[in-house]
Amino acid sequence: MDAFTVHTGTAAPLRRSNVDTDQIIPAEYLKRITRHGFEDGLFSAWRSDPDFVLNRPEYAGVSVLVAGPDFGTGSSREHAVWALQDYGFMVVISSRFADIFRGNSGKAGLLTALVDQDTVEQLWALIEADPTTAVTVDLEAQTVSAGDLVAPFDVDPYVRWRLLQGLDDIGITMQNDDAIAAFESSRPAYAPTTIS
Amino acid sequence: MGKTLAEKVWDAHVVRRAEGEPDLLYIDLHLVHEVTSPQAFDALRSAGRVVRRPDLTLATEDHNVPTIDIDKPIADPISRAQVEALRQNCAEFGVPLFPLGSQDQGIVHVVGPQLGLTQPGMTVVCGDSHTSTHGAFGALAFGIGTSEVEHVLATQTLPLKPFKTMAITVNGPLPDGVTAKDLILAVIARIGTGGGQGYVLEYRGEGVQGLSMEGRMTLCNMSIEAGARAGMVAPDETTFAYLEGRPHAPKDADWDAALAYWQTLRTDDDATFDAEVVIEASELSPFVTWGTNPGQGVPLSGSVPSPEDAADEVERVAIERALEYMDLAPGTPIRAIPVDTVFVGSCTNGRIEDLRAAASILEGRKVADGVRMLVVPGSVKVRLQAMSEGLDKVFVDAGAEWREAGCSMCLAMNPDKLTPGERSASTSNRNFEGRQGPGGRTHLVSPQVAAATAVSGHFASPADLA
Repeated sequence: MDAFTVHTGTAAPLRRSNVDTDQIIPAEYLKRITRHGFEDGLFSAWRSDPDFVLNRPEYAGVSVLVAGPDFGTGSSREHAVWALQDYGFMVVISSRFADIFRGNSGKAGLLTALVDQDTVEQLWALIEADPTTAVTVDLEAQTVSAGDLVAPFDVDPYVRWRLLQGLDDIGITMQNDDAIAAFESSRPAYAPTTIS
Repeated sequence: MGKTLAEKVWDAHVVRRAEGEPDLLYIDLHLVHEVTSPQAFDALRSAGRVVRRPDLTLATEDHNVPTIDIDKPIADPISRAQVEALRQNCAEFGVPLFPLGSQDQGIVHVVGPQLGLTQPGMTVVCGDSHTSTHGAFGALAFGIGTSEVEHVLATQTLPLKPFKTMAITVNGPLPDGVTAKDLILAVIARIGTGGGQGYVLEYRGEGVQGLSMEGRMTLCNMSIEAGARAGMVAPDETTFAYLEGRPHAPKDADWDAALAYWQTLRTDDDATFDAEVVIEASELSPFVTWGTNPGQGVPLSGSVPSPEDAADEVERVAIERALEYMDLAPGTPIRAIPVDTVFVGSCTNGRIEDLRAAASILEGRKVADGVRMLVVPGSVKVRLQAMSEGLDKVFVDAGAEWREAGCSMCLAMNPDKLTPGERSASTSNRNFEGRQGPGGRTHLVSPQVAAATAVSGHFASPADLA
């Protein structure tokens, strides 16, 4: 996983609340067995609408998504994160994220920056007035800045550390192999197994 | 200070705890299906890793499988590829699998409990948000994403930050005609689709204790629709009676040891929850969703709300958008809304008691003209049990379609879908836009309301049928 320190890019406003993972990527795309190439499924139902923000030429090449509250609710599909990343998003900014989506994002290296709704509104105003506005997300300082706006964002400290280091979860856990083996040897005899 | 049930289960599974880091939690049971696992196995393979505990892992085919002609190859090439990938991965990594055609195949959340694999005090995960179902046994059970699936396959552990706890206390017994499904829809309408965020919900009180294990599974299943990570019910005599004698339940001395431990799995009297919600059971009645998220529900006796009723602008816009998608006018009585399709099934309501409830209403009655009704058992075992009780005949005689086991019309990943504009009464768990097929309109209901609605052609409760 690549390390994430500071990212600067243009941003798209997604003025919708409760964007669930079925809307981020519908279930039909989950049938694939590959790990990449999900960008065509991102917001699939809305992409046929020429007025949808990602279809507008001024928002081509965006890498930051500024979304309404309760982004990523619903199914646990990690494909939602991959679709956002495959499309080119590095950061999603919102005032409220669904838990599983946020967890999935941290693990895959997509930063979910939690800000207050007022900051979302200010960012929306800035990037709608001028879609070329550069938005900078500084994970070290935990700030998002655009134009004259500098606002703090919240991120889980452990996720932040991992993103800054570019560390993979499994590798970290495997350093504790002795502790896992010790725990296993203390499990009760009645604990069921799937192979009888 | 005392501990809550969730805290007890959590603490019993901590492999490693360090300041400023998530706890490393041991996972007792990892359930796998074909949709969220291929990339995880793929990543293991490319990293040269193995499955640490195939004997704590179980796979079944459910999301993609057809529910008719299951002896023929799966027609959709992508569905077929996912199912074939699961079979190859399970063979390669030594993971037990119940494929289509097996007597143990079915929806992953129906299969685990019916085998007795889900037990009190366990940690259970699956790459599926409705893993919360297993919390009905007093297990800490939650959905995970594909990279977590990979993590559990490789290490049998997960690094996790503790969840907060919320008590949902249901005072008094559920009134006649009110089911676990109505209760959970009412809970979600009360606390909202984000109300449970970050929490494990513990359902307690008389209205919960009086539920069967299957009712408790329905309740815990939809905890995720309230935004929660998990839902739990403390194990009691109902739980123990359900488990005893099941294929993977402990036996003899092991049973006694397990039972002694399970009886300690209740929230201590002096424990505190981070949040508490109290529901008066006497105020509950059959519930129907009218909108496009599971929190947008009203009693069956109610009407479609108006955007003008909204508490704020965000909600007003959400109601407007939902009404437009659902093609409903504010003020329309729920009972006046006609349906095209009725679906009984899913991990929420696809167990034997659900089928019995639906059949008891359809017996001697007919599905209304122009209404299509699908009855899809949650597992092959449920299907066989229903057939041994003659329920299949009741459904077929009433004009419903009796299908093979699978996720079916819950999620439009297999041939069972709504067509654009079609309206369903569905016992499943999500009424999102397009969830049951592009353009499809979903109303979530209990099996009882689903069956009465099938007979009436519009939303109805069993009590409405003369």
